[in-house]
Amino acid sequence: MEPIKIIIDKCVGCGLCVKACPYNAIQMINKKAVIDLEKCTLCGACIEACKFDAIVIYKRSFKGQEVTSYTGICLYAEHRNRKLASVVLEIIGAARKLKEDLNAKISAILLGNGMNPLAEELALYGVDEVWMIDSPEIGEFAEDVQAEIVAEILMEKKPEIFLGGGTIIGRSILPRVAAKLLTGLTADCTELTIDSKNKLLRQTRPAFGGNIMATILCENHRPQMATVRHKVMDEAKKLKSDHKSKILKFNHIKIPKTKIEVLGFVKEKDITVNLVDADFIVSGGRGLQDPKNLVLIEELAKTINGAVGASRAAVDAGWISYSHQIGLTGKTVKPIVYVACGISGAIQHLAGMKSSDIIIAINNDSNASIFDFSQYCIIGDLFEVVPELIKQLKELTGSKK
Amino acid sequence: MKIIVCIKQVPDTTNVKMNPETNTLIRDGVVSIINPFDAYAIEEGVRLREKYRGEVIAISMGPPQVEESLRDALSLGVDNAYLLTDIAFAGADTLATGYTLAAGIKKLGGADIIILGRQAMDGDTGQVGPSVGENLGIPHITNVKKIEQIDKDGTIIVERLLEGGYLRLKTKLPVLLTVVKEINEPRLPTIKAKMLARKKEIVSWDSNNLDIETDRIGLSGSPTQVIKIFTPPKTTKGKFYQGNVKTSVASFLKDIQNAGIQFIKKESKIKNGTN
Repeated sequence: MEPIKIIIDKCVGCGLCVKACPYNAIQMINKKAVIDLEKCTLCGACIEACKFDAIVIYKRSFKGQEVTSYTGICLYAEHRNRKLASVVLEIIGAARKLKEDLNAKISAILLGNGMNPLAEELALYGVDEVWMIDSPEIGEFAEDVQAEIVAEILMEKKPEIFLGGGTIIGRSILPRVAAKLLTGLTADCTELTIDSKNKLLRQTRPAFGGNIMATILCENHRPQMATVRHKVMDEAKKLKSDHKSKILKFNHIKIPKTKIEVLGFVKEKDITVNLVDADFIVSGGRGLQDPKNLVLIEELAKTINGAVGASRAAVDAGWISYSHQIGLTGKTVKPIVYVACGISGAIQHLAGMKSSDIIIAINNDSNASIFDFSQYCIIGDLFEVVPELIKQLKELTGSKK
Repeated sequence: MKIIVCIKQVPDTTNVKMNPETNTLIRDGVVSIINPFDAYAIEEGVRLREKYRGEVIAISMGPPQVEESLRDALSLGVDNAYLLTDIAFAGADTLATGYTLAAGIKKLGGADIIILGRQAMDGDTGQVGPSVGENLGIPHITNVKKIEQIDKDGTIIVERLLEGGYLRLKTKLPVLLTVVKEINEPRLPTIKAKMLARKKEIVSWDSNNLDIETDRIGLSGSPTQVIKIFTPPKTTKGKFYQGNVKTSVASFLKDIQNAGIQFIKKESKIKNGTN
């Protein structure tokens, strides 16, 4: 990233910056300002002189960042295979609530190839402005390039809040952006609100494996950045009216070449239903006692058309593969119904499933902590309860046919 | 090949509790351990050294007691260990930590591969790795589950976990990787290795030893501040069913149906989202 740059589209060639520069570092070439980086000291005199906001300084000092000129809420519109990641709708949902308290607009950074349909979709959910580069040069997984471009756009547009998904990609790109901009970033937030007094973003997140919650502020640096935990916040609903958003293209930003080449994507084989997106999940834990008892879980899952999950205990015992693990070190899920069979409810497991709409627990220990988080608590031996449940479910569905 | 592994000492999380009166963490009697994810980073570093020769160095930032964890790293096969310790480093958030660790790595002359665990068990942020990478000006790849090969010309191919599968990625050294637990099975230290580790010197550097801007380290170098910590609220108790299995399952199913929960006979809706 060049430390200072002329935005060619905005430069009218007036020459005010040339006069303002105390170091003779700016020249007019073909009616556009050109900065000699050898002479430039990044003093900023040209920026004050320019009436067209055509000059941006990217290099910043850690101390003395001014914060007042930053406005609006911006989000990173993650996508794969030309579909928005579902976390993006959750972020928009959060952003729309923040917007009410800030009276600011919502913008989204959208980088990729063939992005117009996604830009329209963002508008329907309430994004006011899409900041876009639509180019085949931007690789879907070129995180180094995307971080660079995102940082440049943020420097230019100065939103006061920047949010991304707490996904693998979001949690790779945003820390890099924060380090470029020398600002704060809070990981994996489960709640975002605006402080009524100072209008700062209150970022709340679990720490210590979900044992405690922490609320974090970023007072003196901008943008205030956070990643949002997937499957915790509610998705934005489509606006009733045909909301249109303004599309701003950033074609003046030079796209650097990525250092990371993608050789291919290998899909997980043993997952018929994507666990994270499943509406029904049946999970088994230590209470299963033996890998052959997993068939019980699978059969119950099949009966309700659900996916199979597991606690860490079941995975560590080698009964089922890691891709099924739900919890802090596994996946976070938010299904409509989560059935926990023989899972005691360690805090690490709860961290991955407690925002499910309905939690049903089956356990023979009436003191199991999973019951503290469940709406329906069946106390009993899972080897009796689960087969009975399957039997009665089948009877019910059978009688309805 | 020169490998640097960044490790963090963390409290054993299952034991961390809050004092409800003072709203502070109870740290008394809590054992400190190497962040479990970092054990995979150490193991991978040692395996690379065994395969390609060279040196594997462990580095950490923290109070003097972190020396214990670095000694554990030495007993697991790390060649040398460095501790960045200074009261001025205290209170660092991920930005300041990334900056400080990068300064330590620069003083060590950089490395071909830098490895971290994918996140720490206490903070769970996973942000320090990419931040170190940015400060060193080298690319990073998070959530690596396998290093497939490293060629003589410095080309490296890795498998990187992603929602729904994994990516195969190719880049050139130097690179920073964060690793997941699938990458290996860490070895246990032998008694002999533990004894040898006791005798090794662990080099400590404070802020004066590093080429750093003092306003970018520790609390003053941290844009984020924790203003409140609290115990997560518990949801209200649900309805209990016990006794005769047949009748309790039946009454449960009745309640579920009365509550209008679409639990039965519904086609599983699979969203098209990418997460």
